[in-house]
Amino acid sequence: MNRDPKIVAFLCHWCSYTGADLAGTSRVKYSPHVRIIRIMCSGRIDTAFVLKALREGADGVLICGCHPGDCHYQSGNDKALKRHIMLKQMIGQFGVEPERIRLEWISASEGDLFAKIVDNFTEQVKNLGPLNWKETMRPKSGEYHEQT
Amino acid sequence: MARNEESRVGVFVCHCGVNISSVVNIDKVVQAASQQEGVVVAKDYKFMCSTPGQEMILADIKEHKLNRIIVAACSPRLHEETFKKVLFTAGLNPYFFQMANIREQDAWVTEDKELATGKAISLVTGAIRRVRLHESLPTREVDIKPGVLVIGGGITGIEAALQIADAGHKVVLVEREPSIGGHMAQFDKTFPTLDCSACILTPKMNSVGTHPNINLMTSSEVTDVSGYIGNYDVTVKTKARFVNHDLCTSCGDCMEKCPVKVPSEFDEGLEKRGAIYTLFPQGVPNKPVIDAENCLMLIKEKCGLCEKVCEPGAIDFKDREKETSITVGSIITATGYKFAKPSILRDYGYGIFDNVLTAPEFERLNNSAGPTVGEILLKDGGKPQSVAILHCIGSRDKNFNEYCSKVCCMYSLKFSHLVKEKTGAEVFEFYIDIRAAGKSYEEFYDRIREEDVHFIRGKVGSVTNIPLNDEEKGKLVVIAENTLAGKRLRVPVDMVILSTGLECSDGVTDMTRMLKLSIDKDGFFIEKHPKLAPTETATDGIYIAGCCSGPKDIPESVASAQATAAMALKLISKGKVEVEATTSWINEELCAGCKLCIGVCPYNAIEYDEEKGISILNEVLCKGCGTCAATCPNGAAMARHFNDQQILNEIEGVLLS
Repeated sequence: MNRDPKIVAFLCHWCSYTGADLAGTSRVKYSPHVRIIRIMCSGRIDTAFVLKALREGADGVLICGCHPGDCHYQSGNDKALKRHIMLKQMIGQFGVEPERIRLEWISASEGDLFAKIVDNFTEQVKNLGPLNWKETMRPKSGEYHEQT
Repeated sequence: MARNEESRVGVFVCHCGVNISSVVNIDKVVQAASQQEGVVVAKDYKFMCSTPGQEMILADIKEHKLNRIIVAACSPRLHEETFKKVLFTAGLNPYFFQMANIREQDAWVTEDKELATGKAISLVTGAIRRVRLHESLPTREVDIKPGVLVIGGGITGIEAALQIADAGHKVVLVEREPSIGGHMAQFDKTFPTLDCSACILTPKMNSVGTHPNINLMTSSEVTDVSGYIGNYDVTVKTKARFVNHDLCTSCGDCMEKCPVKVPSEFDEGLEKRGAIYTLFPQGVPNKPVIDAENCLMLIKEKCGLCEKVCEPGAIDFKDREKETSITVGSIITATGYKFAKPSILRDYGYGIFDNVLTAPEFERLNNSAGPTVGEILLKDGGKPQSVAILHCIGSRDKNFNEYCSKVCCMYSLKFSHLVKEKTGAEVFEFYIDIRAAGKSYEEFYDRIREEDVHFIRGKVGSVTNIPLNDEEKGKLVVIAENTLAGKRLRVPVDMVILSTGLECSDGVTDMTRMLKLSIDKDGFFIEKHPKLAPTETATDGIYIAGCCSGPKDIPESVASAQATAAMALKLISKGKVEVEATTSWINEELCAGCKLCIGVCPYNAIEYDEEKGISILNEVLCKGCGTCAATCPNGAAMARHFNDQQILNEIEGVLLS
C-alpha cells in the first residue's frame, strides 16, 4: 500500500470503548491509523454506517462489542453478530473483500487485546491494499453495472 | 433553539499538562479546527477541566455566542459530565456538546508524533461535523425509591446496612449462607492490633438481626434485577430451610440428635457438622437450617430425629424454596472474596501431607471457637516445634494471580506471632517482599522481627517428606532459595502454612450480568473511576464495597461500606435524580408498522398500536441502546443523540483528512 490504511472502528460504550481507554491508561501502543467512533451498543450499528465508512475512504471497518452474554443491553451484540454475517456477504456482492470488515468482542478489561486486534487488522487491511471505493464504485458516464 | 439556526462551534483543545501536548502538536490541531465550517473559536489550554479552563469556555460561549462546544481532551467517560455542566451554566442545552478523545485513544497509544497529530485532527473534525447536528434534549427526572438492597452479609455488607438503617431508611440485606458474618467471623485475631475478631464483629451482627429497619434475608440469593437508578425491581430466592424460624427457640436439641456428620464449611473441613446445623454458634440468625443434600429424612425419608425432639414443632420437611420481589432505589454490592486454591497447592504438599494447611484452615485451627479450641496442634495432637509460613501462594505469580492480594503479608505476620505466643515454636517466614503499608503495619512487622521469627527472602519451590539426613526424618522439608544470601535451603519443619491470596467470590458472573457491571482481568468489579469514584460503577445507582472490587483489609472494607452508604443516602435525600435523555423515539409519520423494532427491543419498550397501525415507544422503559434505530428499515425509529445523520457525519469527518 503506497498510502497509510484508513480504518474506522465502531466501539460500544460499555465494554469496548472502555477497553480502548484502558489500552490508553496502560500506555499500550498500537497502530495510529484507526479512527474510533463511540456508539452506545454494537446493536446500534446500522449496515449503512459500515457502507458509509467504506464509501468515504475507509479501507477497513472494525466493529467491537461486549462478549456474548455480557451486553449492557442484554442482547445488542447478538444483533450485531447477525448483521455482521449479512454485511460480509453483502459487501462481497459489491465486489469488496469481506476481510475488510471484522467483528470482535472486547471487554472493559481487555486493553491489550484491543491493541493487538487493531494491529492485526491494520496489517490485514494493508495486505489487501487501498479500497478507494469512492472512485471505483461510481459508474463511468453512460455505463451501467449489470446485475450478476 | 431552533434546529436550523446557524451553528456556532467552539473547539477547545486540552494539553492535559504534557500528557497530550508531548505527543500531539496542539497548535496544528487548533489551526485545523479553526478552518472547519461552522467553527467560530478554536483555542487551547493547559488543563481544560480546571476552573480557569472551564471559565474560559464559559466566557467564550458568552462572547462569541457559541451554541455548540467541542472539547478535545481525555475520554468522555472521564470528563463529559464536567463539561456538560459548563454548558448548562452558560444556559446551553448540555447535549450541544461533544468530546474528542485525544488522550486515552491517541496521545497515550501513539508513538509517532505526526501520525498522532493527524489522528487528533481527524477525531476533532469528526466531532465538529457531528456536534453541528446535535439537538436540544430535555432532562428527565425520576423519583428515587427509598429502600436499599445490600448484597452480601460480611463485615462490609453489615456496615453498609447498619449505616443506612441507622439513618432511618429501610434496607434489605441478602446473604447466601445461613448466617451473616462472612470471613471475619472465621478469624480469631485481626492484624495489627490483635484484637478479637468476634468481639468487634458480633455486636454489629446482633444489631443487624434486631434492627427495625433491616430486613435480613439469609440462605438467599439475588436471582434477577431489572429497572434503573431509583427504581430497581429485584427477585430474591430463599432456599428451603426446613426449620420454621418463627417457632424455633434456638435450644439446639435437634443439632445434638442429628446422626449425620459432614465436613463443616465454616471450619474449612477441619470439623464436622450435622445435616441440621447453624453456621457457627454465634450466628445471626442463630437458628438452625437443614442441609437438604445430607439430611437422611430428605434424601431417604428415614430418621426424622430432629422433628421428634423439637418441642415447639419447628421442623417442617415440607418447606420449599421461596421467591420474594422487592423494589429498591439503589443496590450496594458487597459480595466479598474467597481464598484462592491454586493448583500449585499440591507442589507444597497440600492434600498429601497432614500438616500442610492453607491460611483459612489455620485461622480456624487458631480460633478459640474452632476445632481445637484455639490450640495450634498437629494432626496427631502434638505441638509443632517448628512452623514455616509460605507467602504469595498463587499471588504475584504469572501462572496464577498476577496481582498482590494485599492482606497476606500482614496475616502471615499475625500467624507468626500467634504460633510463637501459643507454642513457642521456631517460625520461618518465606517471603518475596513484605508489604506492610498501612497504619501501624510497619510497626507490627518490626515487633514480629523482634520476636525472633526467621525471615527468609525467597519463594519456596516445593515441600517434601523425603529426608536427606537424620535431622529431616519425620519432618516436612521446605525447599527454597534464600535470594539475599544466594543459597539453596532445606528447612525441616513440623507444620507448613500456605498464605493463599484473595479471589473474587463465586457467583460474580451472575452478578455481573444482573447488575450490568464489568469485571477486570482478575475477576473483580471495575469502578466508575479508579481514583475518584472507587465505590461507584458504570451503572447508576449500583455501588461496590469491600473486596468485590479488589483485595482490601478490614478497615478499608469498612470505609468503603460507609462510602457506599453515603452514596445511597445521597440519592434518598435528593429524592429525584436526572437521567439520560438519550432514549429512542419513533416518528409516527414514517412508521409503517412492520414491528421489526418490537422484536429486537431487549426491554419490551415498544408496543404495537392496533388502532394507528404503528409502533409506539415507551421512553420510561427505553435505555437508549439504539438497536431499534439500526433495525428500522424506514428510519422511523431513531436514537436520540446517536441518530443516523449524527453518526454518518462523524464518519465523514474522521475520514476527511
